[in-house]
Amino acid sequence: MRLPLRNLECLWGEEKLIKIVKRDQPSRAIFFLTPILAIFLTLVAGGLIFYILGFKPFEALKFFFIVPIADNYGLSELLLKATPLCLIAIGLSFCFKSNNWNIGAEGQLTFGAIVSGGVALLFYDQEGFYILPIVILAGAIGGMLYASIPAILKTYFNTNEILVSLMLVYVSKLILDYLVVGPWSNPEGFNFPETRQFSDSARLPLLFEGLRIHAGIYLALAAVVISWFIFYKTFLGFQMKVSGFSLKTAKYAGYKGKKMIILVFLISGACAGLAGVGEITGPIGQLHREVSPDYGFTAIIVAFLGRLHPVGIIFASLVVAITYLGAETAQIFMQIPKYTGQVFQGMILFFLLASDYLLFFKFKFIGSKK
Amino acid sequence: MHKIFIRSFVSSLVFLFTLTVAAVAKDVKAAFVYIGPTGDHGWTYQHDVGRKAVEAAGFKTTYVEGVPESADAERVLRQLANSGHDVIFTTSFGYMNPTNKVAKEFPNVKFEHATGYKREHPNVSTYAARFYEGRTILGTIAGTMTKSNVIGYVASFPIPEVIRGINSFTLAAQKVNPNIKTKIVWAFTWYDPGKEAEAAKALIDQGADVIAQHTDSTAIVQIAEKAGVYAFGQASDMDKFAPKAVLTSVENNWGPYYVDRVKAVANGTWSQKDTWHGIGDGMVVISSLDSQMPADLQSKVKKLQADLASGKVHSFTGPIYDQKGNLMVAEGKTADDGMLAGMMTYVKGVEGDIPK
Repeated sequence: MRLPLRNLECLWGEEKLIKIVKRDQPSRAIFFLTPILAIFLTLVAGGLIFYILGFKPFEALKFFFIVPIADNYGLSELLLKATPLCLIAIGLSFCFKSNNWNIGAEGQLTFGAIVSGGVALLFYDQEGFYILPIVILAGAIGGMLYASIPAILKTYFNTNEILVSLMLVYVSKLILDYLVVGPWSNPEGFNFPETRQFSDSARLPLLFEGLRIHAGIYLALAAVVISWFIFYKTFLGFQMKVSGFSLKTAKYAGYKGKKMIILVFLISGACAGLAGVGEITGPIGQLHREVSPDYGFTAIIVAFLGRLHPVGIIFASLVVAITYLGAETAQIFMQIPKYTGQVFQGMILFFLLASDYLLFFKFKFIGSKK
Repeated sequence: MHKIFIRSFVSSLVFLFTLTVAAVAKDVKAAFVYIGPTGDHGWTYQHDVGRKAVEAAGFKTTYVEGVPESADAERVLRQLANSGHDVIFTTSFGYMNPTNKVAKEFPNVKFEHATGYKREHPNVSTYAARFYEGRTILGTIAGTMTKSNVIGYVASFPIPEVIRGINSFTLAAQKVNPNIKTKIVWAFTWYDPGKEAEAAKALIDQGADVIAQHTDSTAIVQIAEKAGVYAFGQASDMDKFAPKAVLTSVENNWGPYYVDRVKAVANGTWSQKDTWHGIGDGMVVISSLDSQMPADLQSKVKKLQADLASGKVHSFTGPIYDQKGNLMVAEGKTADDGMLAGMMTYVKGVEGDIPK
């Protein structure tokens, strides 16, 4: 066992063959290449896992990543799944860029769904063009209200926004539980924990007959465009960027930090709230206990995989969405446990964080000194 | 003559061919949609045991586990209906609306929804088990075995199914021991070992020496084993997880129903129905009784089991009073299925309020 060690010493020891050097500046090319590297490594590692589990790796990967989106229906499902992820991640990127760690998007989504669902229930037996805009607005306001709690606590009482926003997720889920079990439960529903179905006027219109993709995707696309504009064309975007790099610098420059913190939380909450609206007025059509399969948490992966860049987030949301669909297809057709989907999501984030090492360090090949 | 011979030969070939095609088409495939992991040793695990019984009967099966009751359920259902499955069992209440929605689009596929009440299309059936019959047995055991007269009960969600279980359990316990109190802790989850364990600990701290559960994990019986109190297995025989604590388990036995329904699809005799089976039909099974139970209790339980099966005894026989003392079921009467299906009030002797 001595020999391999010595070989390693040749690489890493006194007489280095490869040297790890700190970069003067984080490389911009690497910044956008590492997500692709992370996805590639995830595919390789995923294939390896399939192989170890006794499945043919290429066939499994095909059922995971190609079969689910091989037809129009699959594509529609992909977009349906990616829409809330993209919307929430765009909102989160406002917070993350400016060093505000909003972990509670799931709670803001839930509360947005509660408020908009409540409004939709008010109109349950009415039809009218004005209902949907009110319902959508209510969802955005609900998300904003809920996000303002950690923001205000952070700015005025110096609390840790990670903890506050995270704990509020569970509070919002309990509120939802309480409402669908108690006061808002369907009077004709045998006391089961769900509300009435919303009226058709409170539902987002479908884009194609027979497919589930709905008008919520326009909200996501609008968020992408608006966020790009704010990030790169406004003073607010510049302030966020500076605060993100160094809070001290931002203070020194005289930026009104408190206002900005509250603003980014409000934007983030509105996006998450809208994602909640999209779920309940889109495919679900009522409130029940489970309006979101943890979109708010998965969107954190999406935001970082997309490098907090609006266009990057679009691609990232599609990549992460397909891990959900793929996991189902792989279980139906190959009996691969469905939870491998979560393994894939975890691996993507892991490899991304690991390959971020390359942002700040580079390998330098130097000849052996002999 | 010659031509006729060839013609009849060809037509008989065609006939034979159609026969084989028809026979192949009769290869019925069943699909199962699960809310949790197949390894939960509770609700989903037992449905999967039922699925294996369908496999053993010679049918092909597919399952998808961990399907959330969110917008994802509809996609999974449609994908299963679209990929050649003839009958789809959706095994959680929250799949009710997606099941009916997809059933409308696939009139040739049969849908079987567990624990729901909506049958909006002729190809949707519903089924559930009378678990409350099993809880009558557990209540009888708990009322006899308790020394502190405090019985703990970890409940999941305040829906009629769970309230019914608490009531039937308490009524049976009161019958053998009028002094008992049932303390409830709501875990607000069907499956979360951590939360369930916390709930069980809280009940033991309040003096409960028998713990019943209406959640699915094995955490509660394991906590009971450590604390040296009694418990009951839920959904599957949990004796191996806590041999000292578990007195018996109420098992959900879906296999016979599943095999029956898949066979009906194969024979073309499937028709819509609403099934609510109990101990008598074998959908609810009482596991073997622990030897710590005195012999007379064991024989009492066996007799009660037989009487529940034959219908001689009903879990909800009057007089039954609610917490405030109002009469719910008059003396000599039994609660009808309509009342059971919508039961949202505690009977006398249950502590606390139903969370609203």
